[in-house]
Amino acid sequence: MGEKRGVLGLVLASAGAAALMAALGMVFLYAPREATMGDVQRIFYFHVASAWVGFFAFCVTFLAGIGYLVRGERRWDILALSSVEIGLTFITMTVITGALWARPVWGVYWTWEPRLTISAVQLLVYVAYQMLRASVESPERRARFAAVYGIVAFATVPLSWFAIRWWRTIHPDILTGGEGMAFTPRMSHTLVVSLLAFTLLYATLLRQRIRLERSSDALALLRARQPTN
Amino acid sequence: MSFLGKVWAIVVKDLAAELHTREMVSAMLVFSVLSLLIFSFALDLRGAMARAAAPGVLWATVAFAGTLGLSRSLTRERQTGCIDGLLLAPVDRSAIFFGKALGNLIFMAVVEIVLLPLFSALFDASLLRPGMLLVTALGMVGYATVGTLLASIAVNTRAREVMLPVLLLPLAIPLLIAAVQATSGLVEGASLGEVGGGLRLLVVYDLVVVAVSLLTFGYVVEE
Repeated sequence: MGEKRGVLGLVLASAGAAALMAALGMVFLYAPREATMGDVQRIFYFHVASAWVGFFAFCVTFLAGIGYLVRGERRWDILALSSVEIGLTFITMTVITGALWARPVWGVYWTWEPRLTISAVQLLVYVAYQMLRASVESPERRARFAAVYGIVAFATVPLSWFAIRWWRTIHPDILTGGEGMAFTPRMSHTLVVSLLAFTLLYATLLRQRIRLERSSDALALLRARQPTN
Repeated sequence: MSFLGKVWAIVVKDLAAELHTREMVSAMLVFSVLSLLIFSFALDLRGAMARAAAPGVLWATVAFAGTLGLSRSLTRERQTGCIDGLLLAPVDRSAIFFGKALGNLIFMAVVEIVLLPLFSALFDASLLRPGMLLVTALGMVGYATVGTLLASIAVNTRAREVMLPVLLLPLAIPLLIAAVQATSGLVEGASLGEVGGGLRLLVVYDLVVVAVSLLTFGYVVEE
């Protein structure tokens, strides 16, 4: 059983590494140079991919929170806390790459553009989630509170999205065409490979983070059993 | 005792406690007036600029003052051990939640009743409109609901009161955007129909947080 899991992890990590290399190659060599924005637009592929992973990670935390409240099992809490950490990393990357992209294109590092703003709001929400976890001593109560906060937080995310979008919008609208970038098939291919690569990266990181937490649980148990001298 | 009777009993208890000490409402009121002054100084609000800023300043003030009251309300429960008594009593968890949330809503409403004429006078913006009653009510229902849930969490953490604004404010962003937009519209003389977008968002926010709070409050207070 353990060996099988090890093999699976290795396959996952290798596939992730290969996909990342492919995505990187495609971003720089395969995707065409965007007509109006130039090479800086290439940041878009990783920007969107990390935004997707951030959002997906918080969704997993939301579901794990429900799982924890229903079942009360430690493994759901481990899933929630592992996913939130990865989500925070990727959403931070989204905000930073967004600012880097905004500077040459819009002339400023920060604009209150809806998608960038919702990423920043999510970043703040899940920083609060982490602070909450750090501020509760009892592991059982920490898991319970975090699950509740993870659920309330994720329930307000779509509302934040609508509110901010309605508040103002100047983002290049890639999905519906609209104003902004002209999207060629090569660009779509590159985006799809980037999304796949980042999703595999998320899965690999999640798996490792869960293993780390399990090991630390096992260690705590061993320490508790050992007579102190 | 009916469900509503139980909810009302908790509200009456909170009102009685507040009438004794008057610490919560008075602190929220003084804080609100101070915040109003500080915003006026910081942004140098006069004339047309004051009118334009009034909705934002109003809701920022309500949000910050709200965290003060919510923290106090739940800390008092904990310090006096009253929450343990409530949990032992044969009442539904949802009755306790509605009672606490309704109490907090009433305290915030008292503050708002003082704030609205004060804002109208100082910022020369006519906030005393029938439509404002609806926007204010919808905004405060959502804020008091999600605030009561998160304050119940915050008082049981190590950081206590410090935790509440950190937890609450990022989740209140959609509510604040909708409320400020609707209020701005009304101040500029728009009809209720014209600020329908903001109102709809407030209604949806209220429904979502009431539903989620009811489903999760039991897990927050269970020991």
